[in-house]
Amino acid sequence: MIAWTIYITFAGAVLLLLLPRAFARWIALLTTVAGLALGLIALVRTPTADLTHFRTIVQVPWVPALGMNYHLAIDGVSLTMVLVTGISALSTVLFSWEVERRQNEFFFWLLLVVAGCYGVFLSADLFLFFAFYELVIVPKYFLIAVFGSTNKEYGAMKLTLYSFFGGMLVFVGILTGYVTAGSLDLSQLSQFQFSPQLQSWAFPVLFLGFGVLAGIWPLHTWAPTGHVAAPTAGSMLLAGIVMKLGAYAGLRVAMNLFPQGFQMWSKWIVLLAVVGIVYAAAVALRQHDLKFVIGYSSVSHMGFVLLGLGGATALSVSGAVLQMFSHGVIAALLFAVAGRMIYARTHTRELDVLAGLNLSRALPFAAFAFVVASAASMGIPGFSGFAAEITILIGAWKTYPLAAWITGAGMVLVAAFTLRALKQSFFGETEPGVHFQQGRVALDPDWNEQQSITLAEKCGACLLMITTVAIGLYPKLLLDRIMPAVEAMRFLK
Amino acid sequence: MKAGDSTISYLELLKLASPETIVVITALAVLSIGLLSGRVKSTATVSTAKPAQDASDTSTTTGICSAIAALGLAIAIGTVLMLPRNATLFSGMLVITPLTSLFKIICIALAVFTVLLTTSEESLHHPGEYLALVLFATVGLMLLVGSEELLMIFIGLELLGLSLYVMTAFDKTDVRSAEAGLKYFLFGSTSSAFTLFGISLIYGLSGTTSLAAVSEKLATVSIQPLLAVGIVMTLIGFAFKIAAAPFHLWAPDAYQGAPVPSSAFIASASKVASFVVLGKIVLVGFAPLHGSAAWHAMVAGWSPVLAALAALSILLGNLVALAQSNVRRLLAYSAVAHAGYTLIGLVSGDRTGFSAALFYATIYAITLVGAFGVVAIVRRETGGDDFSNFAGLSSRSPLLAGCMSVFMLSLAGIPPLAGFFGKFYLFSVALRAGANQGLLWLVAVALLGSFISLYYYLMVLKAIFVDEPALASSRHVAVPPALLSRATVAVLAATVLLLGITPEILAAPILAAVP
Repeated sequence: MIAWTIYITFAGAVLLLLLPRAFARWIALLTTVAGLALGLIALVRTPTADLTHFRTIVQVPWVPALGMNYHLAIDGVSLTMVLVTGISALSTVLFSWEVERRQNEFFFWLLLVVAGCYGVFLSADLFLFFAFYELVIVPKYFLIAVFGSTNKEYGAMKLTLYSFFGGMLVFVGILTGYVTAGSLDLSQLSQFQFSPQLQSWAFPVLFLGFGVLAGIWPLHTWAPTGHVAAPTAGSMLLAGIVMKLGAYAGLRVAMNLFPQGFQMWSKWIVLLAVVGIVYAAAVALRQHDLKFVIGYSSVSHMGFVLLGLGGATALSVSGAVLQMFSHGVIAALLFAVAGRMIYARTHTRELDVLAGLNLSRALPFAAFAFVVASAASMGIPGFSGFAAEITILIGAWKTYPLAAWITGAGMVLVAAFTLRALKQSFFGETEPGVHFQQGRVALDPDWNEQQSITLAEKCGACLLMITTVAIGLYPKLLLDRIMPAVEAMRFLK
Repeated sequence: MKAGDSTISYLELLKLASPETIVVITALAVLSIGLLSGRVKSTATVSTAKPAQDASDTSTTTGICSAIAALGLAIAIGTVLMLPRNATLFSGMLVITPLTSLFKIICIALAVFTVLLTTSEESLHHPGEYLALVLFATVGLMLLVGSEELLMIFIGLELLGLSLYVMTAFDKTDVRSAEAGLKYFLFGSTSSAFTLFGISLIYGLSGTTSLAAVSEKLATVSIQPLLAVGIVMTLIGFAFKIAAAPFHLWAPDAYQGAPVPSSAFIASASKVASFVVLGKIVLVGFAPLHGSAAWHAMVAGWSPVLAALAALSILLGNLVALAQSNVRRLLAYSAVAHAGYTLIGLVSGDRTGFSAALFYATIYAITLVGAFGVVAIVRRETGGDDFSNFAGLSSRSPLLAGCMSVFMLSLAGIPPLAGFFGKFYLFSVALRAGANQGLLWLVAVALLGSFISLYYYLMVLKAIFVDEPALASSRHVAVPPALLSRATVAVLAATVLLLGITPEILAAPILAAVP
């Protein structure tokens, strides 16, 4: 039944092309609600024991001559990713409720991205997987280039070309695997013994290709510019789900297909991850644009995911999966506050200007949401970020203690830039004599109407906040499903 | 010549060649209708200036002629379906196999789409003659596809080429069209000379022109300089036809200057047929001299030659396409690149490689006819085909914008469109062909090329979806909407999407038909 997440989302996208504008946002809302509901039903109804291996849910021959099947499967890792996709997608639609221009087109591209992500997380056939993976790239271009803001055409093109470059490397890796093993089925491929010589070059090609989308340092530079250029929904989707595609694919495909290659290269993954965490955090500390801060923070947090994967223990990899979930939620919330709640009302994201506005008084709900998001992002206990990152660090400690040390120190930087952004954006000193209303009018002469936080935005923010707290308090809910699935994977043996 | 062949009756011959005959008859019918109505029209224009009536006359003639042409082609498809499965006449001069029948149908179908596109073309003042040329070119294609004999192939090439030269230069009001026609003719006739010379060398060495017999003879000889010259010269002629670098120089001008339906026809049907024949020549005729294009293990033969052509075409086509600001020119350079991708299938040199190449060439042809259809409509509405003419197309006509994005993204190889599957198929076949992934270098070049290509395809889409229309460039003249062209384009876009989602419906017949 979980397969219906894909079909419903595609159907919603097609409906958007056919029905008039008045229905657009409701179709998008219903579609994403249905997606999330299906994910939750699967979470509740599927016994944990059924999630320990990649269990087939649909298998239909597609192009028998080439051994292609329409093959979907699910395990704990996939289910977790489907859930975060559902949550991010729903909140994204809620935060896009006010989009006025070319609404049908906007939600069409948005749903295509979401459908592609569901597809990637559930595919068990390499060709199908790759098709969904590449499908996500182009809608992002349109979302950003048509609906974006700052420097949108540059950001969109850069992001698309980076993704496609990664896709090219992935293509080489996938073809190599397919041609050598003569199969496209992921479970068959993960039984096949590739020669160590082949693994030694195919793994890095494949993993690096996926790493581009995961924001691996030094191929991360598309992420900050892309996030800044994107509309709020675009940033939320990008940081919330799309970057996870890369990490998930690295785990599901690259590491499972080429375990010996992974053994050979894991220390380099860890090195890049640690550099990414510290470097991106340091860069974020110096940014003036709030979205750039969050964009770099995404790179930094994705560094944790890569560290977890590179740590190569069941615990660290499970932590990485949990971090994908957690960061998907937190990043979506951060971008929602910055892009939708702040920027749409003040028309600025400059931290220095925001500091003069003291937004916490004008937008208390936004301030509250941002505090929660920042706390979760910094890794305060009780939020999902902490649960995930501590799992990663403990897991990686066994294999790469030095990396764990450096990362632990790097977390101070993460806290520093998060607190700086939080203070300047919401709790700045009000300049004497400048009232909030005046400040806002001075910034944007066209602005003439007081907008309070809308109901849709509140719902979206609450959904994300509740999720991060719930998983922070009870990470076992997901870890119980992730851990056995990770332990069943080949690269640990 | 076998004894059985000499006893064949003319009736039998006419029966087996009935599709060609029907198309020729249709061409003559269309030509005479065009001539009759053309005479009436020319007296009218001389006597008084009645441009409005003149235009409506032309469009009526266009309508009648294209209806007859389409009907004739449809009947031809029907007769192709009724042909026997296998037949050979005159030691391979006319061959009927599942492969030839399938590709005759594909070529005729592409010709039908070209005919449908001509209905919206205003600049053609003599639609009867134009459509007759399209039909003659189609006969050329059918002869090319349906022959396994070098001389007959050459005749087919010439019939096709001469029709195409005139079709390219057909727009007498446009100096670009004349220039394109002249360039195409000069390059084309030179390359024909090369081909003929190559064929004569091969005939001299093997004593036969039938492909199967050539293959038997070549199996017994080693590669000698004269033979190498013969093979390379034969290949050059086809490299010209498929616009592979460095024999592509005519393509940008022809694609840009010719009337849009001519460009569509040159880019689609002519290419598909050329690939079928090229594949037959190298895989049947030159089979013993395959050689190897694998990295570190190159062996002299035709496959390293084709591999070099492929790599050069991919790199040059994609890099030069980056700098274009005219959509038709851009499509021309991308055509060079796509010829390169398709050649990879032939380089792999087996049955699956050939079928992958044919699959790719077919979906490419379908995509390109559609893309040129969009160009034709945009040109009709805005008077040009630069990026600026496409600006704001998404608000003017969401349908056309959607179709164009299907075509561009399919060319770029984005799922779930046909181009994606085509590339996957081609590259996987190529990787499997060489032992130890010997062709990985070629696949890597192709992937790099398709990475580059995404940029310029996106630039087209950026113009359509993001850019604001510049007011000065739009003509703002109310032209009647080209409904038939729009419908054609929509059908083609749907086909591209359908073939992407269920590639099996085309891939399986091709794979089954390839011997």
